Amino acid sequence: MIFDLLFEPFALAFMRRALAGCIALSIAGPPLGVFLVLRRMSLMSDVLQHGILPGIALGAVVGGISVWTMGLGGILAGLLVALLSGALARATGGREDSQLAAIYLIALALGVAIISAQRGVDLTHLLFGSVLAVDDTALLLMAGAASIVLPCLALLWRPLMVESFDPDFMRAVGGPGARVHLAFLSLVVLAVVSGFAALGTLMSVGLMMLPAVAARHFSATLAGQVRAAVVIAIAVSYVGLLVSFHADLPAGPAIVLTAGAAWGLGMLIGPRESLLRRLVRRTHFAG
Amino acid sequence: MIAVHDLTCMHDRRPAVHHLTGRFAPGSLTAIVGPNGAGKTTLLRTLAGLHTDFEGTVTRGGRIALLPQSPMLDRQFPITCADAAAMGAWDRMGAFRPYDERDHVEEALDLVGLRGFGKRLVGTLSAGQFQRLLFARLILQDAPVMLLDEPFTAVDARTEADLLRLILRWHHDGRTIVAVLHDLDLVERSFPDTLLLARDPIAWGPTAETLSADNRQRARLAAEAWAEDPSVCVEPA
Repeated sequence: MIFDLLFEPFALAFMRRALAGCIALSIAGPPLGVFLVLRRMSLMSDVLQHGILPGIALGAVVGGISVWTMGLGGILAGLLVALLSGALARATGGREDSQLAAIYLIALALGVAIISAQRGVDLTHLLFGSVLAVDDTALLLMAGAASIVLPCLALLWRPLMVESFDPDFMRAVGGPGARVHLAFLSLVVLAVVSGFAALGTLMSVGLMMLPAVAARHFSATLAGQVRAAVVIAIAVSYVGLLVSFHADLPAGPAIVLTAGAAWGLGMLIGPRESLLRRLVRRTHFAG
Repeated sequence: MIAVHDLTCMHDRRPAVHHLTGRFAPGSLTAIVGPNGAGKTTLLRTLAGLHTDFEGTVTRGGRIALLPQSPMLDRQFPITCADAAAMGAWDRMGAFRPYDERDHVEEALDLVGLRGFGKRLVGTLSAGQFQRLLFARLILQDAPVMLLDEPFTAVDARTEADLLRLILRWHHDGRTIVAVLHDLDLVERSFPDTLLLARDPIAWGPTAETLSADNRQRARLAAEAWAEDPSVCVEPA
């Protein structure tokens, strides 16, 4: 019975592909999410997830329902939005919240308008994902993106950490601050776009951000938070896909809701800064 | 050496530093003093190349290290003291070269009285300890020109004496040092030169002359508030 509930769905090939894809997303996205949180750029992930939609829609117009053209369109649109928001940030001295919100609202409307004008594209699948959409090509996109993101993040780690902690210092020593920022955003775009087939454009950021937000309840150090975020993401991918299968929900919302539950769990009983830690008093150390 | 000529630093057209001309000679030890809002921090940030909204010229000779005002940093960032200090070695390590500064980092932390703090997260430090950590980073930067923005903020008396000794030793080594300070007794005791700033430069030269009763009075009387209805500045250079 329990076995049926937990493992039986993965006897189906599309569920196995979806799980493999989500694990790839879980390895690529959450480490970027941790840096987004630290750089106080959580809103930026929203902007990108909406920003890629018109590109994906245009990709579908040009090349039909092909993961490659849609993915390419999404990446180009994401980079464009990243550059645009960067320019806005410079022009407004970092107080760009309202403009970012404006960009993503426009992008969402534009994307939906383009898709609606097309016949044969299921808007729900595009926005919220479908495990059935994870064919071999989509799986290749997810795994390929993860294979690019991880080594690049490893290379960027030091400058990214310095730039995130003290951007002025980076500028003062003539470090590659702007280039690091742009390279980082490109990786975020790649990670967000690669998730659209399984999770949908609106949900793929969820698997990146929620584990990253939850991670601070599990570790105090940067590396620890990155590790925790990846483990949480893999766990919620597995549970979320089961929920999706049994409750007949789109994969995106199911996984993101499960990630939300993991965050709630972290807040309640996580080893750091949780309700449990506040309630259970422990005797102080001698020094 | 740093020289400025007719330097006006602005925040959206409002001058924070107004028509400043002069130079910090090689090997000099200069204090910048003045009331709140006098443009001291903006001047340091301009000299360091961080504030770019200015008119006039800034000439820099040699690498510059800046000790920032610590409230401007995110002290909850999950980074260890050793890693934060090691940032100072950026010029030697860059983004990709191998990390080979462990001994230097230990030594720098030791010098600012933070021995054994290497593995602690910066979020666990007090304000004064964090300030000392920034000093450790500065030590590792090992730059010929050092700009210190309120270096003794929140630092206890013993550490202040230690840090001052360090600054004087750097001065003795021939480095150019510029420090924004509020403690005038300290300035008179230890800083040969002083720039008295109240948006407009009041005086710049040997400390005793700069801090004359007359000059102090002028700095006190300088208007801190912006003009209600400003006209465009036509003061000649």
